[in-house]
Amino acid sequence: MTENSKEVELQSSAINSEHEYDGGLRVANLDAVKDPGLEPHRVRMTDKSVKHEKAAVRQVSLLFAVSMIGSAFALWAYFTFPLSENLSTVRLNTLYLGVGMTLGLMGIGIGAVHWAKTLMPDNEVSEERHLTRGSDEKRAAAIEILNAANQESGFTRRKLIRRTLYGSLALFPLPGIILLADLGPNPGDSLRHTFWKKGTRLAKDPTGIEIKASDITIGSVFQIIPSGLNPENKEYLEEKAKAAVLLVRVDPSELNETEERKGWSYQGIVAYSKICTHVGCPVALYEQQTHHLLCPCHQSTFDLVNGCKVIFGPAARPLPQLPITVDSEGYLIAQSDFLEPVGPSFWDRSVKS
Amino acid sequence: MKRLRSKINGMRRSPRALGIVMFAGLLVVGTGYTAVSASVSPNREVVRTQEQIDLGKKIFLANCASCHGKNAEGSVNAPSLIGVGEASVDFQVSTGRMPGAASGPQLEVKPVQFTLEETAAMAAYIGSLADGPSIPDAAYLQANGNASSGGELFRINCAMCHNAAGAGGALTQGKYAPQLMGSSAKTIYEAMITGPQNMPVFNDANITPEQKNDIITYLTYLQNNSSVGGEELGSLGPVSEGLMAWLGLLGLLVIIAVWLAAKSN
Repeated sequence: MTENSKEVELQSSAINSEHEYDGGLRVANLDAVKDPGLEPHRVRMTDKSVKHEKAAVRQVSLLFAVSMIGSAFALWAYFTFPLSENLSTVRLNTLYLGVGMTLGLMGIGIGAVHWAKTLMPDNEVSEERHLTRGSDEKRAAAIEILNAANQESGFTRRKLIRRTLYGSLALFPLPGIILLADLGPNPGDSLRHTFWKKGTRLAKDPTGIEIKASDITIGSVFQIIPSGLNPENKEYLEEKAKAAVLLVRVDPSELNETEERKGWSYQGIVAYSKICTHVGCPVALYEQQTHHLLCPCHQSTFDLVNGCKVIFGPAARPLPQLPITVDSEGYLIAQSDFLEPVGPSFWDRSVKS
Repeated sequence: MKRLRSKINGMRRSPRALGIVMFAGLLVVGTGYTAVSASVSPNREVVRTQEQIDLGKKIFLANCASCHGKNAEGSVNAPSLIGVGEASVDFQVSTGRMPGAASGPQLEVKPVQFTLEETAAMAAYIGSLADGPSIPDAAYLQANGNASSGGELFRINCAMCHNAAGAGGALTQGKYAPQLMGSSAKTIYEAMITGPQNMPVFNDANITPEQKNDIITYLTYLQNNSSVGGEELGSLGPVSEGLMAWLGLLGLLVIIAVWLAAKSN
């Protein structure tokens, strides 16, 4: 034991003398944290007493035995709880297989660590770092190897090979760069327009059934998509994501409409974009008595009877309102598209509209 | 005293204790199971007779009129009940929400105060005052519709408040959408047609009676079938699952890391 540590000491002092160098003009940091050195070696119970050593041996082999049982259990469970058409069979199959495999792997892992910690030698050993710079002989040898490689491959001598290699290396990254073009094209004005146009009828999501104003009783909420937008359309999901509307009928006396929006509702029926102006979650948690519209993602709350202005939360703008009216057959229709871009802010959206 | 403490310390340091702690952690994480079972109560038909209306009026005057007014015309404390319909009375009274114990952000479900007959009599009385949504036809409460289309309708019209698994969720200022795992088919139907408290109305033009039956079928399926993926953790998604991962699993990993680095004694 003591011999061992002496040897380590001798070695380290030899290395230190080899590595001593002149600090030059460097400012000496006298206040540096002192190397506390190794703490004294603590003799383990397993080294002192045969009883403890035997106990540790038993524990390690017990852990390995647990691992064996776990693996066998996993095998047994796989055949005892087979997967079938019934989805609920996934549950027991996965559970028991997982428990068995966990025991199988953890038994080995914990056993091995426990073995190393209690029974294998635990002498503290320290190794010194070497300087980064190699010895002069090693550096000369490295240069010699490079020169020999140059000679043998003819890298300097065979100009054609060298230049074509440079060329191929220069071109090689270009296909990777061109792929970045797929991040585009720029969306153009598609963020400013939706599927709604003048005269588009309001239809129910997901059936696409058009609705009449008389269908909507006070206190009702309808989840609306533009008529004519159906899953066969190629751009169905993108258009639906922009055009989704929440339709609510309130007592007309409760509506506080600004002068310019007086004609945007129909007998207390109002239609607002369902896409939150914060980060675009669907806002559809409507409270019938308070007329609050709550966004479930970040709790932005909009006051439906006051132009959907923000009364709580991080949203910066009111929800855009879809101007609606009825056609000659009594169906609800849009007077136009939304008059401002729906959804969250984007890079070149003006702040005002 | 000292010896006892050192003995306890010794026990705490022993690898066995660590093994026990880790195994307990594993057990908690891996094998939590709850059986979800909810029974659907049988449907009741309400037939309006004059005796019922008279009885209902008596019960109303004794229990409800102080807030809702002697003629159900409402007051500053409570809305008018004229035209709310039998379905509304049945929903509010048979779930125990009415009579309300105190005013607050929301009336909560509590033990039912009236018998089936008394509830039916009150419903008949309110129904006799003016037309309103009536007790749903039992044909639409059989939960024999298309659960898959019901699931789609539920996700479009209901899930934003009630959660895709019917686990409920928070609204503004102390209000909440209740969880639906204990709700009967009739209660679900009545809630859709009457729009109780802050829930909007879903009339038959919006969701047809057949589609309402589909939604009930979907919810009944959820009520009667436990989650395929094991423990749902309240079906609250990333909230409870994240809590479990951060506190439970991370705690376990920290324990293992401490054990790995600790010197054996």
